[in-house]
Amino acid sequence: MTDKKPKNSASSHASFLLTTFYSKKMSFEVPSDLEKEIDERITHYPVSKRSAVLPVLHALQHHFGFLSEDAVEWTAAKLELEPIKVLEVVTFYPGFRQEAPGKYHIRVCRTLSCAMAGSYELMESICEKTGIDRSGVTHHNPIAVSPDGKFSIEFAECLASCGSGPVCLVEDDFHEAVSDVDSLLSQYP
Amino acid sequence: MSRVIYKEGREPHPREHRVVFKNVDREGWDPSMDMYLSEGGYDQLKKALTLKPGEVTDEVKKAGLRGRGGAGFPAGVKWGFIPPTNEKPVYLICNADESEPGTFKDRYIIHQDPHQLIEGMAISCFAVGAHLAYIYIREEFPEGAQILEKAIEEAHKKGFLGKDIQGSGFDLEIYVHRGAGAYICGEETGLIESLEGKRPYPRIKPPYFPAAMGLYLCPTIVNNVETLCHVKHIMEIGSEKWSQTGKPNNTGTRILCVSGDVKKPGYYEVQVGHVTMGELINDICGGLKDGRELKAVIPGGSSAKVLRADEKFTIGRGDDAKEISIWDIPMDFDSLAACGSMAGSGGVIVIDDSRSISWVLNNINNFYAHESCGQCTPCREGSLWMKKITDRVVAGKASPADIDTLDSVARNIDGRTICAFGEASSWPTESFVEKFRDELVADTNPELEGVVVNAETFTAAANL
Repeated sequence: MTDKKPKNSASSHASFLLTTFYSKKMSFEVPSDLEKEIDERITHYPVSKRSAVLPVLHALQHHFGFLSEDAVEWTAAKLELEPIKVLEVVTFYPGFRQEAPGKYHIRVCRTLSCAMAGSYELMESICEKTGIDRSGVTHHNPIAVSPDGKFSIEFAECLASCGSGPVCLVEDDFHEAVSDVDSLLSQYP
Repeated sequence: MSRVIYKEGREPHPREHRVVFKNVDREGWDPSMDMYLSEGGYDQLKKALTLKPGEVTDEVKKAGLRGRGGAGFPAGVKWGFIPPTNEKPVYLICNADESEPGTFKDRYIIHQDPHQLIEGMAISCFAVGAHLAYIYIREEFPEGAQILEKAIEEAHKKGFLGKDIQGSGFDLEIYVHRGAGAYICGEETGLIESLEGKRPYPRIKPPYFPAAMGLYLCPTIVNNVETLCHVKHIMEIGSEKWSQTGKPNNTGTRILCVSGDVKKPGYYEVQVGHVTMGELINDICGGLKDGRELKAVIPGGSSAKVLRADEKFTIGRGDDAKEISIWDIPMDFDSLAACGSMAGSGGVIVIDDSRSISWVLNNINNFYAHESCGQCTPCREGSLWMKKITDRVVAGKASPADIDTLDSVARNIDGRTICAFGEASSWPTESFVEKFRDELVADTNPELEGVVVNAETFTAAANL
């Protein structure tokens, strides 16, 4: 979007906003069945629509894979909020992503009991087999994607299955006592 | 009642006393409504609806049920904090954000016996006068959220939720609300903020005690999954009989989750205080791994202060006071508190002599640095400083004086924050430094004394 940055005048700024608005409208479409599901979820919060921020974002992330600026603005419009009220939620919670993950997103539990059971080794092994390079990972950029885009990975904090570590989530599938990485990955074509 | 048979290899240990976990790993059991009804499901809700709400609360008070989420506060007393003059709506929230490292009990209740939780919630809602309730479930339990939503739908169809439940005139809706991966949402006021669609910054108490000013600033009861399940069983067997399990002031059963260096890690429901640490580790969990010795135990989730294997503890008061070893600590709220730690969420992490204490503490500090919500300066900055210092200890890039700094940082968080995360994040460091100082110092390098930490030493130690 930086290449579209307008000159510093009110009218060009307005036309910039207008263009972005229309280009976004073109590129960001929430399918009607998804919107129906979202509308139903909003009814779970009869006192305050704002309470539906998390469920709306979950539904959008589940569909689009991540939460774009458009998704944030769409959510804000849907719930009649300032976009910042949605963005501050997106940036706070580790469960929300602002960039596209791989086709299959893996979360390996990093915390004590799993680490004692070998979760760091599990992370290393998955990265090795999928060609994922985690050297650029930081606190604010925790996800690394494989070169072919098939897998992405991040460490998660305690997944609450400490007795059967090491554990991980692949998309919504939970895997415990993972020892055979090949057979784990082969489940995801 | 038919004899309960468990799946092969998943049978409860003979020392267990299964109440809440009765149907976990049960042969032929599934989470459906039909299955639940076949064993008297929702009978307790029907019974409760014939009583006065205050009578249900009194039963829970008389039972002495203490919260199973971490603080161990009596549930009935908590309910009693709703102002008697209240005219606002009352809400109930089930805290299913299970995220204290070392704890993994709610997962199995939700996955295998969801109707037990819904019945417990419905009874509790009736007692406190709530007509709208939420189950705040952590985002990392996607399957659990689906199972609960299906169970709620089934309960609706059978008239156990919705309008005029079983002709009693009592209305109740329960919805599932998924979190988004933040540990702080387990703190009840943080959870409430999250449920209001905001960043989960905990609220200051007073004035924001949820029972008086909670969700949408209305009286709100927040209870743990296991606690709410117990409400159903208190109704079933009566407070008197229920309180005869466990021991005085530590009544009932609770689920202990054991992980780390034992032969058989897992979940074990026992009468509170009826097994000792030694019996739990050696008998129930099959002992330590071969050739290994116990080094330390974190007895109640990673926030609980660590217990050292060779420590001596004093429990009991006055003439009853006695000195005991770690093996003889009864696993109950009061005994663990007397030993300087806490029963917390029931997550017992066993650490043997193969583990580096610096590595263990660093892992824990990484967790708290990641999970601090950032609202209070001592916690936001301090949790990260503690992580950075232990990063350097693990990497051999710390000086012995860094251990003093580490301790000082921890002690400047504790007691200086809005919520208990400050204590949760600093107690591990405080207790590890107090009890394992020599070992931590041994991992430092005296040659680095007085050397300024620069980007290079920090990067070398970065442990992501």
